[in-house]
Amino acid sequence: MNAIAEISPALIEGKVVLDELVEARGPWSAVVAAGDVLTIVDLDGNQAVDCILYAAHDTGTRYSAAMTIASQGSIFLTTGSVLRSDSGQELMTVVADEVGIHDTIGGACSQESNTLRYGQHTHEQHACVENFLIEGAKWDLGKKDLVSNINWFMNVPVDPDGALGIVDGLSAPGKRVALRAEVDTLVLVSNCPQINNPCNGFNPTPVRMIVTRPEARA
Amino acid sequence: MIAMTQTLETRTPEGTATTAGAKLHARAQHGRTAETMIHVPASSAPARLTKNLPADAQDSLTWAETLAFGRYTHMELARGTRLRLTDLDGDACVHAVILRSGAQHERLNVADTVKVPWQAYMTTGHPLLSDAGRLMATVVADSSGNHDALTGTTNVAGNTAKYGSGSAHSPSPAGRELLTLGGMKHGVSQRQLPPSLSFFKGVTVDPDGRIQFAGSAGAGAAVELLLHMDSVLVLANTAHPLDPRPEFTGSAVDIVAWRAPQDLAALVDGTSTVDLGPEGRLALHNTELDYNARTSA
Repeated sequence: MNAIAEISPALIEGKVVLDELVEARGPWSAVVAAGDVLTIVDLDGNQAVDCILYAAHDTGTRYSAAMTIASQGSIFLTTGSVLRSDSGQELMTVVADEVGIHDTIGGACSQESNTLRYGQHTHEQHACVENFLIEGAKWDLGKKDLVSNINWFMNVPVDPDGALGIVDGLSAPGKRVALRAEVDTLVLVSNCPQINNPCNGFNPTPVRMIVTRPEARA
Repeated sequence: MIAMTQTLETRTPEGTATTAGAKLHARAQHGRTAETMIHVPASSAPARLTKNLPADAQDSLTWAETLAFGRYTHMELARGTRLRLTDLDGDACVHAVILRSGAQHERLNVADTVKVPWQAYMTTGHPLLSDAGRLMATVVADSSGNHDALTGTTNVAGNTAKYGSGSAHSPSPAGRELLTLGGMKHGVSQRQLPPSLSFFKGVTVDPDGRIQFAGSAGAGAAVELLLHMDSVLVLANTAHPLDPRPEFTGSAVDIVAWRAPQDLAALVDGTSTVDLGPEGRLALHNTELDYNARTSA
């Protein structure tokens, strides 16, 4: 961890209030207090981090990809993107980004959709929806609460004819994205277990979560 | 242009001071028509709604309605139902969610609906997928091509900022409010509502990711869906979130549905002229397996 810490500190300076490793293929969650900044570190490069946001005090207020896209007029997330709920509430803002493009139209992989994308033989493979279900249950969230999501470090271009797909990522080992909470935000994550497409470089790896509190607030 | 009509009633000569008078007054309204209304039975619909339908569809109509701009509707439809939406005057925008009847935890998944078939723009042959890897509906005909699975619907805050109001009873109701009402009438709360898609107002994506509003394909465009599972359909006809016009502007949509078991059978046995694509066909077979597994012999 010390070696990693030197390579990849938090993107936004401040008192470290949380610093955790998310194991490959695993789930993670935490409440990030309003004003605090979550840095997600793509330790080994091209690791999709599927992510849903909820207002911590009202989980019915949850991230909406459509609202976020409509509000900013772009499908890509990067510095300046305001991550909104379907009621328009600002949940988090991307305050720093070392990659430039993150996805929010590609959804989350599931055992069920894997059967359509890659074939029935992939049905037994672990998938993001299972991570969301098992981790969300800790917060009394269920299937109904899984709607749209963000895929940090994932690259999903749309061609002029509408063709879209997950292609090779633009991230690299140690690249980071930082999110400032605008309200106390429950961040639900699946460190994507997908092995059938390039979203994880065909090799799911750990990521690191660092929450910092800017000194003025510490 | 067809618009919602709301006739303010006046007192009849008999008056409405007594229950008898009030009853006469109420019953005198029966049988009236409005430009936008549901037609019950469906066979009583004006010819405009059913023209150009297949001959056998006329005998198996299950739903005929003209939905005003700014209003919503909902219907539970059986597997094998074919639904046609017609943008009569060219300015409708129909926001839609689909829920599986009796198992409403299974919902339309707009992300899978674009990701799985590798295509962001919906038109004929596009599979509308549930979050369980199954085919809820197929787009079986489309003369519009301008639809949207990316930017969702409107909300109160956005409509209030743009038009001055967004609540369901306001002159510019937000799609989220209308879809929530429709869902709640089927026991589905706002939390249970999935992201929606919309028909008749399109968007495109630039190579740099910017979204462009493509608007309407024009008057008379129609889109047809074939349902692969018993489903609750909730529809809201209201402005697109990226509609650039400062005034809340739109027009009514004609809705007809009929039983089309032969169209479903043709998709299942691969003889349909509609090409679902490899992923859509896998989804169809997932739906068939589920249907067969839970249907008694």
